[in-house]
Parts: sequence; structure tokens; C-alpha cells
Amino acid sequence: METKLRTRAIVILVVVLACIFGIIGFPKNVQQLKDNLHNRIHLGLDLKGGMNLILQVQVEDAVNITCDDAMDRLKEEMKSKSIPYADIEPDNDKSENPPIHRILIKGLAQDRSSDLQTLVSDLFSDWDLVRVPADQTGWMMVLKTSSAVTIRNQALEQSMDTIRKRVDALGVTEPTIAEYGQGDFELVVQLPGVSDESRVKDIIQKTALLEFKLVQDGPYSSRDAALAQHGGVLPPDAELLPGSENGSEVWYVLNRVAAVTGRDLTGAEPSRDSSGRPSVQFTLNHDGAERFGRVTGQNVGKYLAVVLDNRVITAPVIHSQINESGVIEGGNFTQESAQDLALTLKSGALPASINYLSEETVGPSLGADSIRHGVIAAIAGLLAVMGFMLIYYRGAGINADVALALNLLILIAMMAWIGGVLTLPGIAGVILTVGMGVDSNVLIFERIREELRLGKAVGAAVAAGFEQAFRTIIDTHVTTVASAVILFTFGTGPIKGFAVTLTIGLIANLFTSVFVSRVIFDYELSRREKGAELSI
Amino acid sequence: MEFFHEPKIDWMKIKWYFISLSIALAVIGIVSMVAHRGLVYGIDFRGGTVVNVNFAQPPKVDAIRHELDGLGLHNETIQGVGSAQGLGGGKSNAVLIGLDLSTTTSGNTLDAGRQTIINALSGLYGKGPEGKTDFNNASPEIVADHLLAADPLGIEPKGLDTATKSYHDLADAVVNYRNAPAQGGLIENFDSLRGVPGVTPPIISALNKDFYLGSYAVTNTKVVGPKVGSDLRRQALYVTLAGLGAMLIYIWFRFELIYGVAAVVATFHDVIITLGFFSLLNKEITLTVIAALLTLVGYSMNDTIVVFDRIRENVHATKRVEFSKLVDHSINQTLSRTILTSGLTFLAVLSLFLFGGEVIHGFAFALVVGVIIGTYSSIFIASPIVVYFYERSSAGRVASGAKAA
Repeated sequence: METKLRTRAIVILVVVLACIFGIIGFPKNVQQLKDNLHNRIHLGLDLKGGMNLILQVQVEDAVNITCDDAMDRLKEEMKSKSIPYADIEPDNDKSENPPIHRILIKGLAQDRSSDLQTLVSDLFSDWDLVRVPADQTGWMMVLKTSSAVTIRNQALEQSMDTIRKRVDALGVTEPTIAEYGQGDFELVVQLPGVSDESRVKDIIQKTALLEFKLVQDGPYSSRDAALAQHGGVLPPDAELLPGSENGSEVWYVLNRVAAVTGRDLTGAEPSRDSSGRPSVQFTLNHDGAERFGRVTGQNVGKYLAVVLDNRVITAPVIHSQINESGVIEGGNFTQESAQDLALTLKSGALPASINYLSEETVGPSLGADSIRHGVIAAIAGLLAVMGFMLIYYRGAGINADVALALNLLILIAMMAWIGGVLTLPGIAGVILTVGMGVDSNVLIFERIREELRLGKAVGAAVAAGFEQAFRTIIDTHVTTVASAVILFTFGTGPIKGFAVTLTIGLIANLFTSVFVSRVIFDYELSRREKGAELSI
Repeated sequence: MEFFHEPKIDWMKIKWYFISLSIALAVIGIVSMVAHRGLVYGIDFRGGTVVNVNFAQPPKVDAIRHELDGLGLHNETIQGVGSAQGLGGGKSNAVLIGLDLSTTTSGNTLDAGRQTIINALSGLYGKGPEGKTDFNNASPEIVADHLLAADPLGIEPKGLDTATKSYHDLADAVVNYRNAPAQGGLIENFDSLRGVPGVTPPIISALNKDFYLGSYAVTNTKVVGPKVGSDLRRQALYVTLAGLGAMLIYIWFRFELIYGVAAVVATFHDVIITLGFFSLLNKEITLTVIAALLTLVGYSMNDTIVVFDRIRENVHATKRVEFSKLVDHSINQTLSRTILTSGLTFLAVLSLFLFGGEVIHGFAFALVVGVIIGTYSSIFIASPIVVYFYERSSAGRVASGAKAA
């Protein structure tokens, strides 16, 4: 009996030490203690302040781009294989969810059908080729469902990656970027300590597709003026894009094909031009530098437009050949916008546009306020409960209080260990844990009292009390944990937070109120005199 | 110490008074919900905008309302949160301004509501001197930008990078000071920054030159689009129902189906009545209230199972007793525990309700109501259902059907 008790006591001691170590580590001084606490107990945004964004990646954008590319390629291939056709146009069925993407090929000579079939099966493996019903010359390329799914998932992954890079570049500590909801391509982005909402939202949302395009002519004061210069129709290799000059909108006619795009960037930094105005310096990879050098070398004296997300930000004259690095200047940058542009360029372009579904900013002062209030209230409640247990159960009240304190210690340590985040709903889980923890002790003690009233000896009464109450405790705990597991599996955000603390708390409670409290009882029983009353 | 010594109350004889009370409460709650056309959902579920604004002086609530009305918004809610914040020693002039989704999606951007509120406030409190920026609503980056441009320390010649870093650190420090709970996001005098490490008189005068001190600060914003709100509402409902289903299956497995059904009905009863109170008092259902309802479900279930467990035990131990007497006895045996546990839990949630502050007020309210209802329903809803089932199925004969534990 004595050795068994000792073994149990050692188990408890080890758990306590492990938990304390898990929470505070081995601090050498007070500052380190504070740092460790700060680093290991993760508070949610509602408690410490920051931004919470829920956004949806418009993954159909990425599918559309793929389709446009495929259509261009198809036209080219048919031209090079001299397969005649009347028209090729997109024909998407948006009534379906998700939409079905199709490319319609009209007026194909019947004797070339097999050539088209070979072409599509050789070069367009993501597409199926089917006949248009009731049209001898019509064919349809349909994007395979599996391919569309892959493209959508990749767009989501890539967006997550890009957003993560941008957020990291902002210097946010411990950001969360994760999928949200089920299958609607939604992401949740949590940025602790960030309160500059409009700036951060812009940075995340910016597509940041950078292109360098040669200016054919312009700028013109309006779209119509530009078109008039070309007799109403632009040449096929040109496009018309807006920009601004001295605060008013102007239009440029540019080469449709970009000399270099943001894909070839290896770096971008904010800097200052010769007159001290903010600018952005960029460097290109080997491939890009070669192409850029060729284009700029051949076009010295012409204008080169820097196009960001289909808007000309500046169109300076090319003074000399530019190779691997250059400077974007004259874009009316402020220090902040130069910094932001460099940041978004470095992180790469988003594959699809982004819509915000919800946003929340908790100011640091409000977060701190709610922590302080919550902590004051929780401690007041806990002390009242513990004090009452001592009065009502006297000696046994100590067992209950030790069990309760240990329960919370394990809960906090486990949260630190799994990197769980403590939020307000999480605190709700803690409250239910405390409630059920108290209940476990009350169940056991009342049962022991009952057994004592039946005239059992102290030792037997304690054993019977624990045994009888254990069955009830197991039932209540398993029931609650079962539903918490459901909440955790199917719930998001706040509901999950509640389920996590509740599950950990209840498992810890089984250990503390059943095992630890029993050991304390046994210890008291082992050293008490025969016939002495139990303080309960 | 002991409150109850083997009470002998005939619970099943008085059950109808309480069942009637439950039905009355549930009906009142449901009527109230119907009359209000459903529950009052918070922004989390309904979608819309809520902005928390801290004012230097007590805010002119009526004037703000008037200004918003002038901008074509009529559904705004303006609610003071001052009293609860006073406890922390922070500023107590905070208000929550809320806008419905219907009034904010006109521009098709999520941000429109927030912008409208800020426009209304700047219309009311003035935009400040021409060319100056509001320090109380400025981000560290904006402050740093201005400092770098003014270069009050004259360090830019030493190198742009060092200067940028120094001014950024300085800007972070002053903004952090402004945002600390004691200031609540608002300072009223640039001289109060004197205590911030690194702030020297030239810096204060540089700030003074570029910035003014607005009389309010937006400390918190929440904008929820329509999709997130309805998704969340649906999810909260489904997940809770699934959780109840899991509980039912476990109780079925451990006891009998009727016990599971009774426990779920009792828990459902608790949720309905608690929601009824929310509807009657016109309180908003927010995300934290949902967390409280989940807590209530767990608590009520726990309480019911404790009673059921005793019934099961007595079914095995006792022979030839009327089932309702057996249930009475079981409730009496566990009454001491029930009162203690509920009392203590009530104590804890009451403390949350009284001291927990504005943010968790709705949460604590749901729990205060829930603990009482949850305890009561184990005795007067869950137990009578089981009794009714047994007395009907065996016509008052000895009930001995409960499975072995």
C-alpha cells in the first residue's frame, strides 16, 4: 500500500513538473519568465488585438485564364497545321456550379475532324473534344472536371502562399493563414497586433501582376482620342491601357505582349531616386534579364510602360540598355506605397482575385480590456468556488481545490504544448471544465458522505464513494467529450476553440478529480489514527 | 457542513406545476421570437458593420445619429459601452455604432459601412486643420513617414536605412503608448508623449506640425459580409444538433433509448427557454452567446446524466418499487450534489456576469439563465419523461429494464 501510494505520488509530481516546465521552461530571470509565458500561451485575436479577415479566392479567374490560354494556343495550332475553321469562341455554362468551361469550334471542314481530334488529344490533355449536337461542322472542347478541380485547388494553394509571403514581409508575428469553411475556397487570415486595416487589406488583395510593355504611342487624353488616332480599331498586337499623368487620366497604346513580367523578378526593394523621391528597385532573373536587355537595347529612346494590374503606373523613356536590375520611378510614390509595391512584387502575383467576406479589427486597447475583465472575473469566480469548497467540505475541500488548480495547470500546459489559441469561446470551454471539475468532486464527496451514513468504515466509504461516483463521472465526461469532438470536427473558428479547451479540460479533470484526489485521500488515510473521523 | 440531510420530496407529484411553468416560458419565448420575427442576431450572423469608437469627451450620441441619418442611414444602433470599461481604468467614453448589412452593401464593397461611419464622424467633429493628419487615427507607418520626411533628429544624412529604422521604432513607440489601455487609443495633448522613451522636444514639435489630435479614435471594427453570417448561423445550428445526436447515441448505448431522448428533450428545452429570454430582453445573439449555449448544452446534459445514473443504480438495487417513487428517491439522493454544483457554477458565472465587462456580457447572461434552467430541467423535464415512458409501457409495474452499467 505504501509503495503503491508513493508510485502514484511520483506520477503526479512528474505531471506537475512537466506542466510547469511546459508553461514557463527554465527561466533564468524574471524577464525570461515573462517572455516564455508570452511565447507559449497563445491568445486569440479577440483577446490581444489584431485583424481577422475572411476572404474568398475567386478561383474561376484562374480557370478562365487557363481557358483563354488554351483558346489562343488552339487558334495558333490550327493555323500552323492549316486546319480551316470559321470561328473559335468561349462558351461557358455558368448555370452549373461550378461552371463548365467550353471552347466552341465552328465551321470545321468535315474531312478534317480526325486532324482536330489528334491535335486535341496530343496537345490539350486537360480537355475533352465532343461534337456539337445537330451540327456537322461544330465541335466543342470541354475542360475536364478533374482538371478544373486541380486548377481551382492550385489557385487556392498559390493564393495562400502568396498571401503568406506578403504577410511575412509585413513583419507580422504569428500570422494564421488557413482554409476556412468547406469547399468554398475561403481563407481566414489572422494578423495579431495589426490595426492598419485598409493598408493591409490592399496589400493582400493586390493582384500585383507587373508587366513591362513598350509604348507604341500615346499618352492620349481619352480612350476615344487614342482610338481615333488608329482609325477606330487598334492593331492586333496592341492594347489600350489607362494610366495617370499629373493627376488626370491618360491612355496609352502598348504592345500587347509584355517584354518582361513579374514572374521574372527575383527581388524588389524600396529606394530613392536621384532627387530623393521614393522609388522601387527591382532585379530580374537570368532569363528575364536577357530578354529585358534585348528589348531595352533595341529600343533606346522609346518609352517603356510599367504596367501593374493593367494600369500604367509610369512610362519613362529608355535611356540605355537595362539588364538585370532597374528602378521604377516617377510613379508618384509615397514612401509607404513604394514599400508596399516592393512587398507585393516580391511575393509574386495572385493567380486569382480576392473578395473579402468579413473583416474584424480588435484594437489593442479593447483586447487588453477584455483580457483584464475576463481574468478578474474568472479569478473572482474561481476563488469564490474554492473558498466555498473549503468551508463546506473542510479537509476534503483541500483535495477538491488541489484537483481544480491542477486541472487548470494541465489545461494551460496542454494548450501551450499543442500551440492552441485561447479565445473568448475557449474561455467558455474552460468555464464548463471548471463547472464539471467541481461537480466531479462534489459527486465523490457526497457519495462518501452517503457511504459513511450507511455506517461504513472510513477507508471502505472512501473506496466505495470513488467507485460509485466514477461511473457517473465517466458517463458525464464521455458524453460531453463526444459532442465536443463533433464540434471540433465540423465547427470552425470560435466553435472549434470552445471544443478544444473543453476536451483537454475534461480529460485533465478525469485525471485530477479521480486519480489525484484519491491519492490525497489515501495519503490522509494512511497517516491518520485508527477510528479518527474523516474531515469531509 | 451540510445543507440537505436526506430530503424526502415527492418530485413526481409536483411535476405538473413545473412542467406548466416550462411550457409557459417556452410559449412566451416562442411568441416573443415570432413577434420579433426571429431572434436579434448580432453582426456575426446578420452581416453588417460595427465600429467601436472612443471619444475624448462624452460623445454626442444624438448628433451622431442625426449625422448618419443625414447620410441616408436609418438602421444604425448606437450603444454606449462606457460603464463596463470604467472598471479597467480606461477611458469610459466608448460607443458601439452598428449598421445593418442592407444599408452597407450599396457600394458592393464590404468597407462601405465603416467608411460611412467615419465620414459621419469627421463631418460632425471636423476634419481638422488643412494639410494635417489625425494622429489619433494614424497608423505607425503614417507617423513614421511624416517623421522621416521632417527628420527632426537630423539623422537622414547618416544613411536612409538607419533613419528609416529609427523613425519606425519611434513611431511604433508613440502609437503603442497611444493604444495602451490607459489612453484607450486617444491622447489629448502631444506633450503627454514626453514620457515615451526616445521622444524629444524636436520630435514633439515635428508631430505638432504635421498632425492634429482628433477627438475620437476608431478602436475596433467588424464587418461581416452576408455569406459568412448565414454560413455561420447554419453551421452553429447543424453542429449543435450533431453534438446532441452524439450525446443521444452514447446515452442510448449506456442506458436506454428513452433516457437519451429525455436528456436531449430537456437540453433542447433549456436552449429554447434561454433563447426566449434573449428574445424577450431584445438581447443580441452573438458568437460568444453561441459559445455560451454550447456550454449550457454540456452543463445541462451533465446534470441530467448524474440523475439518470442514480436512477439506473437504484433500478438494479431495489426491487418492487413504483418507478416514480424510485425516481423521486434518486433525485432526493442526488439533490445535495445538484444544489451544490449548480450553486457553485452559478457563483462562477455570476462573477463573469458582474465583472466580466461588455465583451462577454451576453455570454455571461446566457450562462446565468442556462445554469438555473439546466439544473431544473433534469428534475422536471428529463425525469418525468422517463417516468411517463415506463409507467405507460409497463402500466406502473416494476421497472427493471435498465441495462447493466
